[in-house]
Amino acid sequence: MPINYYIFLSLALFCIGVAGVLTRRNAIIIFMCVELMLNAVNLLLVAFSKMHLHALGTGNPQAGIDGQLFVFFIMVVAAAEVSVGLAIIVMMYRNTHSIDVNFLNRLKH
Amino acid sequence: MIQLVWLVPVLPLAGFLINGLFRNSLSKGMTSIVGCGVLLASFILSLLIFGEVRQENFQAVTVTLFDFISVDKLHIPFAFQVDQLSILFLLIITGVGFLIHLYSTAYMHEEEAPHFARYFAYLNLFVFSMLLLVLGANFVILFIGWEGVGLCSYLLIGYWFKNIDYGNAAKKAFIMNRIGDLGFLIAIFWMINQFGSVNFSEVFTAAPGTSTAVLTGITLLLFVGATGKSAQIPLYTWLPDAMAGPTPVSALIHAATMVTAGIYMIARSNILYSLAPLTQNVVAIIGLATALLAATIALKQNDIKKVLAYSTVSQLGYMFLGLGVGAYTGAVFHVMTHAFFKALLFLGAGSVIHAMGGEQDIRKMGGLKKYIRTTHWTFLIGCIAIAGIPPFSGFFSKDEILAGAFAKSPVYYVVGVFTALLTAFYMFRLYATTFLGNFRGTHDQEHHLHESPSAMTIPLIVLALLAAVAGFLGVPEAFAKNSHWLGHFLEPIFARGAVEHAAEGGVSQEWMLMGISVVVALIGVIAAWTRFSKKPDLAEPSGFGKVLANKWYVDELYNAIIVRPLYAISKFLNNVIEKWVIDWLVNGVGRLVQYGSRQLRLLQSGQVGGYVLLMVIGILALFLVELFVKK
Amino acid sequence: MIPVLLIAIPLIGGLAGFFIKNDKSARSWSLLISLAALVISLWGLSVGAKSPLLHADAEWLPGLGSRFTVGLDGMGQILCLLTAIAFPVIFIATWRDEYRKAWNFYALMLLSQAGLMGVFLAMDALLFYFFWELALIPVYFLCSQWGGERRIQATFKFFIYTFVGSLLMLVGIIWLYSHTPDHSFSLKSFYGLRSIVGGADQVWMFWLFFIAFAIKMPIWPLHTWQPDTYEQSPTATTMVLSGIMVKMGLFGMIRWLAPVLPLGTWAWGDTASGLCITGMIYASLVAIKQDDLKRLVAYSSIAHIGLMALAIFATTATGMQGVMIQMFNHGINIIGMWIVVDLIERQMGTRKISELGGLAQKAPALAILLVIVALANVALPLTNAFVGEFLLFSGVYSSKVTQYNVVFTVVAGLSIILSAIYTLNMIQKVFFGNTNALTEKAKDIKFNEKVVLAAIVVLIVVIGVYPKPVLNLTKETVDMILTKMDYKKI
Repeated sequence: MPINYYIFLSLALFCIGVAGVLTRRNAIIIFMCVELMLNAVNLLLVAFSKMHLHALGTGNPQAGIDGQLFVFFIMVVAAAEVSVGLAIIVMMYRNTHSIDVNFLNRLKH
Repeated sequence: MIQLVWLVPVLPLAGFLINGLFRNSLSKGMTSIVGCGVLLASFILSLLIFGEVRQENFQAVTVTLFDFISVDKLHIPFAFQVDQLSILFLLIITGVGFLIHLYSTAYMHEEEAPHFARYFAYLNLFVFSMLLLVLGANFVILFIGWEGVGLCSYLLIGYWFKNIDYGNAAKKAFIMNRIGDLGFLIAIFWMINQFGSVNFSEVFTAAPGTSTAVLTGITLLLFVGATGKSAQIPLYTWLPDAMAGPTPVSALIHAATMVTAGIYMIARSNILYSLAPLTQNVVAIIGLATALLAATIALKQNDIKKVLAYSTVSQLGYMFLGLGVGAYTGAVFHVMTHAFFKALLFLGAGSVIHAMGGEQDIRKMGGLKKYIRTTHWTFLIGCIAIAGIPPFSGFFSKDEILAGAFAKSPVYYVVGVFTALLTAFYMFRLYATTFLGNFRGTHDQEHHLHESPSAMTIPLIVLALLAAVAGFLGVPEAFAKNSHWLGHFLEPIFARGAVEHAAEGGVSQEWMLMGISVVVALIGVIAAWTRFSKKPDLAEPSGFGKVLANKWYVDELYNAIIVRPLYAISKFLNNVIEKWVIDWLVNGVGRLVQYGSRQLRLLQSGQVGGYVLLMVIGILALFLVELFVKK
Repeated sequence: MIPVLLIAIPLIGGLAGFFIKNDKSARSWSLLISLAALVISLWGLSVGAKSPLLHADAEWLPGLGSRFTVGLDGMGQILCLLTAIAFPVIFIATWRDEYRKAWNFYALMLLSQAGLMGVFLAMDALLFYFFWELALIPVYFLCSQWGGERRIQATFKFFIYTFVGSLLMLVGIIWLYSHTPDHSFSLKSFYGLRSIVGGADQVWMFWLFFIAFAIKMPIWPLHTWQPDTYEQSPTATTMVLSGIMVKMGLFGMIRWLAPVLPLGTWAWGDTASGLCITGMIYASLVAIKQDDLKRLVAYSSIAHIGLMALAIFATTATGMQGVMIQMFNHGINIIGMWIVVDLIERQMGTRKISELGGLAQKAPALAILLVIVALANVALPLTNAFVGEFLLFSGVYSSKVTQYNVVFTVVAGLSIILSAIYTLNMIQKVFFGNTNALTEKAKDIKFNEKVVLAAIVVLIVVIGVYPKPVLNLTKETVDMILTKMDYKKI
């Protein structure tokens, strides 16, 4: 399969994520969208790593390994982020009875 | 003796310092002694130097005191030049100056001691500056004296400083002089550029090899300076106003000495002028026009000092006519005789004012002949002298100028003679209105009338004698061969510059010219005498007379086209350009920054979404730049 | 040795002054320090131009190629002397002025003196910049702490203006530094740049420096900070500002601009001269309408400074000598003017010309001294300013680098007439005429004020009559600068 398909797919996913972050006010949905963006990047990394493997041939044991390694890192970080982020959202809900991010503009004043 | 010439100006300077610094502790008597004493000493010294200078084959001596300015290739020594011209002026200044100082001791006696001392300090400073002016061996020293006398004139006109009008007159005199001085200064710079020197000897030696255009430019600029100092068109209006000063000041500064500085300067640079015929014509025409204009104004003035002031302007015009037509000796001769008779007239006027208790309007005088006899007789001599009736001094000097004018152009002569007619007329109008007829003042004034003290009458008598006989120093060749002592004396100065006109037409023509001028003067005298001795001109002037009485409205004209626009521009610049343009721009930059920051602050909305949006836009923009612009 | 002392004495004296905490002793202390600086300066004059005592050199910022190089040449001598004379005169003349926390005031004054000395002595561009700012900052505090009603606004304007100029200059210095072959800030390397930096670069470099110096002088149209600042500052500070600080601009042009960038100076000389002349006429005209004495003197100063700047661009020995002597004269004369203004303000409580009048009757000594100082201001012969202005005009007239020399002289010459108008107007309205309710109670000046003013008058007359020693002092500097400015020899 040509690499282009992967790129377009991940681009679409990423843009959906960005649009979501920009337009939605619900903290959890924003959170999901951030995950979506991270996964778009993951998809791209895997795709490129596969492409490199093909290009360099199987003789090279190191080929394409970096990209896949990064994906694991991102997944770990994302998991950590989710745990912290969700905790924040829970705390936020407790304080304000709302998960609307526009409500949190007190730093401005 | 000549090496001691520096003492001549330094003595009055010392007098200035003593009177100025100790004005609070000196008594009036001491002040008078110091003030007059230094002048007398200077006069005696000048006489001694004169004794050496008058010897045959005397060569000009330059006495260098120190280096004044020495920069690059320009060397301006502080040097004095003693020659026939400067010694002549030296004698006039110190001699007439001494008499006027003496007169002042009585005239100013009512002033308080510190102010009395201040007055004498100014007078001494004036004499010092005037002596610098005539002694300087280069144009810069001359200029130092030139501005110095202007300063003293300013200080003395405004001597009674409580009166704002006097202050304004003083200011006007100084500023008008400054306008002329600018011309003078630029001429000096031009000379420095052209000749690399300002010393008389070097400039005059180099002049013949210089292009006429350059010389015309330099001489015209110098003449601009002269019009300011010597009250010629267009800068003459300060002199009549300058009569605000004490009368002896008018006699010394605004009649006898300072105002003749312009004539001295041009006579001094006669070599330059003779090489610039265009300038000579300009000088002659301006001189003639001034003489005529001032004479017409003098016809209708009623202030005794104003009449004399316009008469001075007119006589100065004569002198410039003389310079313009190349009759340098005549001009200098007229400076001398004018110094005598005009100082006499002013001092006489001072004596009249003194007798009248400060009154200056001749319409309120009349019949003073029998009250103040000495003043009357001396004043009459002065009037005859200025009218040009032989054998009084004014006749000889004026005649010499007119003869020179005739040789140059008969038109000059005709206008000159007409002016002489006016001169005789207005002087005798003044005389008749003041001294003849019946007294028209108040009863108190009549009671108060008295002859002035001897300190005032002695200078009058001496000056009257001089005014009567000084003319014999320059008897025309038509009367006797080699009788023109002054012409002979000044020959070394003017030899290269002057053109001898008198000989051209022969003796008979000279007799005829003299005859005409005498007849014309007599007509003027008789007309005025008969008209005003019984029935003085007291009515308010009307018609053309009003124009004359208002001095052709020249002051008003200057106000309208120069003074008021200047103040208007100044106000405009101050209130509009400075505040609303330049400062507005400067503050505008500040406002722009503030406005910009206010607008940019709005971006910091505190909405996370906004920031993210901006970030996305930024990234997209970077992408677009990377993809499309860079390629 | 001597230059180091000239900087160190006021610097250390000033820093120590902050800890005196007593008004009277702080005042005496600062007078003492400034007199010490004067003694050192006179010592510098007496050792002769060749003496090794006149130079000092030490390691400063070796990594940057900047050394602590200071030296006294003729121009430095004359300006350091002016600074050294001015400060004691200012302290004595304003002896009776009251300041809140006076020790801080006097300490800051001394610091600015140190900065000024440094500017005139520095032979290293970075050092020059350092002192340039050191002189500026104390003045900022002096104005903003002890100034008049609108001081904050005025000082803000002043600071922003001069700081913008300084930054432009800093950019210029760094750019030039990067082009020196030996990567050095020293004056010598900078003088070597004249043949390295090309014409196009010199042109824009010229403007960086010119604007910095023009703001300081100030030259029209960058002058609007000046009347405001002069008006609002305490008079002692105004004296420093107008008497000495404006000379920093002229000095900078002569030492750091004209010889370093001769091509740029030549290329834009006419334009800059045009600005100078416009400013002269403009400021003279505006001065006629001023009602505040301080603003009047401020505008008259702009006119006089314009003439000096004009003569620098004329590039003639006469003109340059005129600038040298006139820098000194202008400092002396304008300080004299300020002293009189201060005396009037302290006694009458106003500086408005329209509210004064008839002071000559009540204060004759003040009137006489002011008239002499004012006459020096209009450059009457036998006062010091005549010598200066004569040389300046003469230099402008004989300039060979411009074809408009005659036009320049004539138009600039008009300021001679205008200066007479506004000066005499001022004298007349303040001193002559009748007294009014306010001036009725005026008293004549006190002894210390008389002494200071008399000293100024003596200086005015002595230099006016015998200017030769002062002219000789700067002769070598002038020749050197002119050789460097000769753009044809690159």
